[in-house]
Amino acid sequence: MKFTIDWLRNHLDTKFNNNQIIDKLTNIGLEVESFESSTSELDTFIVAKIINAKTHPNADRLKLCDVDIGGDKTIEVVCGAPNAKNGLLTVYAPPGSIIPKNQMKLSVSKIRGVTSYGMLCSESELLLSNESDGIIELKNNKYANKIGEKYFKNNSEKVIDLSITPNRPDCLGVKGIARDLSAAGAGKLKINKKSNLKYRGNQNINVTIKKEKVQGCTIFGSCLIKGVTNKESPKWLKDKIMSLGQKPISAIVDITNYVMFDLNRPLHAYDADKIDNEIIVRSSSKGESFEALDNKKYILENDMCVISDRSGVLGLGGIIGGKRSGTEYSTKHILLESAYFLPRSIRKTSKQLNIDTDAKFRFERGIDPLSIEEGLIKASELIKQICGGEISNLDVKKIENYKKTIINFDPFLFEKTTGFNVENKELIKILERLGFNVSKNKKILKLVVPSWRPDITQPIDIVEEIVRIKGYEHINTSEPIKTRSKPTLNYYQKLFHFLQRSVASKGYLETVTWSFTDSKINQLFKENDEEISIVNPISSDLNVLRNSIFPNLLFYLKKNLDRGFKDISLFEIGPAFKGKNPGDQLTVIGAVRAGKVSRLSWNDKERIVDTFDVKKDVIQSLCEAGINKDDIIIDDRTPSYYHPGKSGGVYQNKNEKNAIAYFGEIHPNIIKKLDIKTEGLVIFEICLDYIRASKQKIKDSKSEYKFSDFQKSERDFAFIINKNFKSQELVNIIKSVDNKLIKSVRVFDVFEGENIPEGKKSIAVNVTIQSEEKTLNENDLDNINKLIISSVESKSDAKIRS
Amino acid sequence: MSDIKKIKDDYIDKLNTENNIEKINNIKSELFGKNGIISSEFKKLGSISAEERKKLASDLNNIKDELQNKISIKIQEIETKEINLKLEKEKIDVTLPERNIEIGKIHPVSQVIDEISSIFSEIGFSVEEGPDVENEYNNFTALNTPDNHPARDMHDTFYLDNNKELLLRTHTSPVQVRTMLKGKPPFKIIAPGRTYRSDSDQTHAPMFHQVEGLHIDKNINMGHLKGCLNYFIKEFFEVDKIKMRFRPSHFPFTEPSAEVDIGYEIKNGKIVIGEGNKWLEILGCGMVHPNVLKNVNVNPSKYQGYAFGIGIDRLGMLKYGINDLRAFFETDYRWLSHFGFDPLDVPSNYRGLSR
Repeated sequence: MKFTIDWLRNHLDTKFNNNQIIDKLTNIGLEVESFESSTSELDTFIVAKIINAKTHPNADRLKLCDVDIGGDKTIEVVCGAPNAKNGLLTVYAPPGSIIPKNQMKLSVSKIRGVTSYGMLCSESELLLSNESDGIIELKNNKYANKIGEKYFKNNSEKVIDLSITPNRPDCLGVKGIARDLSAAGAGKLKINKKSNLKYRGNQNINVTIKKEKVQGCTIFGSCLIKGVTNKESPKWLKDKIMSLGQKPISAIVDITNYVMFDLNRPLHAYDADKIDNEIIVRSSSKGESFEALDNKKYILENDMCVISDRSGVLGLGGIIGGKRSGTEYSTKHILLESAYFLPRSIRKTSKQLNIDTDAKFRFERGIDPLSIEEGLIKASELIKQICGGEISNLDVKKIENYKKTIINFDPFLFEKTTGFNVENKELIKILERLGFNVSKNKKILKLVVPSWRPDITQPIDIVEEIVRIKGYEHINTSEPIKTRSKPTLNYYQKLFHFLQRSVASKGYLETVTWSFTDSKINQLFKENDEEISIVNPISSDLNVLRNSIFPNLLFYLKKNLDRGFKDISLFEIGPAFKGKNPGDQLTVIGAVRAGKVSRLSWNDKERIVDTFDVKKDVIQSLCEAGINKDDIIIDDRTPSYYHPGKSGGVYQNKNEKNAIAYFGEIHPNIIKKLDIKTEGLVIFEICLDYIRASKQKIKDSKSEYKFSDFQKSERDFAFIINKNFKSQELVNIIKSVDNKLIKSVRVFDVFEGENIPEGKKSIAVNVTIQSEEKTLNENDLDNINKLIISSVESKSDAKIRS
Repeated sequence: MSDIKKIKDDYIDKLNTENNIEKINNIKSELFGKNGIISSEFKKLGSISAEERKKLASDLNNIKDELQNKISIKIQEIETKEINLKLEKEKIDVTLPERNIEIGKIHPVSQVIDEISSIFSEIGFSVEEGPDVENEYNNFTALNTPDNHPARDMHDTFYLDNNKELLLRTHTSPVQVRTMLKGKPPFKIIAPGRTYRSDSDQTHAPMFHQVEGLHIDKNINMGHLKGCLNYFIKEFFEVDKIKMRFRPSHFPFTEPSAEVDIGYEIKNGKIVIGEGNKWLEILGCGMVHPNVLKNVNVNPSKYQGYAFGIGIDRLGMLKYGINDLRAFFETDYRWLSHFGFDPLDVPSNYRGLSR
């Protein structure tokens, strides 16, 4: 909402200066976005000095001028004026300026092969005089130190731009803003002079509001003004219209706009001669159409509120008028409309047709239904004053009577909500100045809500009115209450926190990427999940919710590889979507690692990152987050986007469906499809939701501390075993020989090839044996050794290597 | 006596000049071996008179101690010398680089969320979460923003179906609805998370982060709201004093509603929070609207309280001098390394919010 301070002063008697008014507006909830002079087309013309004028190389009568326009560098302008000479002060117009004389927009152009940046102006070009023989010569004493400044002073009034919240339609008019200021003690609202307008004759174009199932109009007021002379608006009116940032059109249109911004009362003027017999306010039928004032043709759906005559649709009520009945300079008789349209109907229609107008914006928020006559009278007076004519009696048709809103308000609610007290007397004063009718019934105030405040329906609305006018600075600051009823984080929130920092500590940079992604990349990772499309995506390559974190991670990995990074470790923790309903999402960590380990190391051999690098990262992170390494099982069931032979899953139970983590190489087909060029690429993911919550806190789950001081022995074994036999199983077989005595089993060598039969491999393990009761003698150890060998050989097809 | 004295002096001289460990050992056996010179002298003691024997034995013992002492010192000397020589040869260039260090980082958004959670934890708030996909009811209708409300236009919503039933939450406020529906008052929660609006330019990203706050109890009023936010802002920006302004505004789900500005100034091209005469809007808040309480089965005549919503990314930008919001989500390795935080730098009350 834009307006000038002098316009505001038309409605407000105030001793406040401009800055006080600005502060007050913000303090009562009418946020000032800006307060500055409106821009003018003349702002671009600036004072300049010719530093050097030389002859144009290709034209004797033209000059090439180096011009100082106040910046660091001079610019070059081609000029035909005979008086262009060194040291001359003159007026310069940069490219983009509009020359007042011919309304031409300047552009950078070549004149006889030399580029000219802008123009030096004559008095006639600026409409200052008829002098066109040469460029303006400015007086040295006055302009010498003004080089670079605007030549024309901008005398326009400063414009206030308010950001009005959607609950305050009344402040979409200057009068409403003045009323709010007066309630806050910033002055007195001026009362309109009583109109002494003389009416002649009746409004003889018949108006009918049709009773229909869906009727978006409840009141239609109008009057006829006969014998007008439409013309250009007078200067004061043009200035007002321009201060709103709008273009003056004609007196009649400007007046209706002026009244809309002045009183928040949208009006519409029809050329009465173009109305076919009568006005019918009705609901549209699908397929009807009309050409609107914005020169667009609209095809209507059912149940849109239209103003029509016998020939068809004239306009969309409260939204936009039609071309067929529009006023022109030649218009002689006008029909002026002041109506009430239901917000719901306006909103629905304008959304369907995608139209946004100042009238629509206001009706949608709720116009004062009792302002029909006020608007007609104010506009008629102005039309008569500017365009002449005779005004008919006002004709108001309605199908519904306005019902007052009454609120019974207990002043205690104010203190209970805000924490401070305002005397009843002051509270009543505030409400009355806002236009409430207040009567007292014991402690309860009976309030009649003003008709221009559709937002006020219940007692809490009254609290807001009082506290905002009184001022938020009166609210006390209470010390925070520190009581707590629940721990800050639950198990999964802690897990999130631990895993996030644990993964980062393995050298990964955390990133945050969009929750949406490109469906083309997403489908490589979505497995059996449904694709979740966004109906109105921000762009076609962010058109689905991500089913996995990897589409985005790999997209950005590629970007960083393109930036020249070779060794990259990235991860993100966030949602992966499994369905389109609320809650169909999992919290997942996705991590990628590309490049080499020990690149360019002077002492270590560099190598490409591999599956066991990420396996370590994922297992160590899980352990750090509180998961016991002995409680997890590794399996080779993995999603299809992993390399089928070089990836694994981490499970908490043997037959569990969902892994808590996966790790490994990405499928080579995907690397090829995404055209990722790197020496090595491995990934892992952890699904937090699949991790079983530990029911006990650590203080309850710590087991008794047991240790053995008896001598421990280590034995090495090498088995020849089927190539596909999993080392994890071999370790388990050995451990199960004697869970008490066998403290640990470590695989320290795996070998295939020379001396090993085809389809077999050799696995060497180191077994630590220790008793908690005695020192084991050779005999005991021999027995265990034999047991280990026989168990392994019987439970697998392995043979001990001799 | 003079015999043994001479032997002693000769050997002390020998030991003084000898530097070979083997030769020293030879001397040792020459003197103290089975048939060594000193050992032989001791054997002679049996054949002399008791009187002489006492004196000679004493002299012999002194000489024996002296020589043995000398030998062991000498051996130690030589060994030390040899070790030092050996270590000198082993010397390496310690200025050669260490094995590669891989430094990971926490994203600024995560760090700021942890800072916020830490601050609110101190005053008894717990953390709640809600889904990113919401239904129309939780995101709008339950929050007193019915379908025909113009406030809906202020949220450019991403929809997942043509009936506009399912959407990406435009704010974290639906977590208020979920929290209150599943529990009983009092409520004292914050809810940080991702939020979405179909808006994309230099200062807007289609995804951003908010933290919701909600405190409902029997007598919570606007004074508590002011106190809570004043405390939070001071703690967050780690300043003693903060210039703060509550300004009336409108949100459908709170009434009265406020926007909060903090004072700032630009000093040497950097923004200084807390002083100055410029205002910067940082959050929206208010008393939870009775209609919202009714929608979640909380009796508004018994319970009341406040709610607030803060833009997390914006707070992070202000605190850590980050200029470009879009860069938060562009995964530029250089940016992540530059603005990221060490994983061990966990915001906490006792260790300090930030390093």
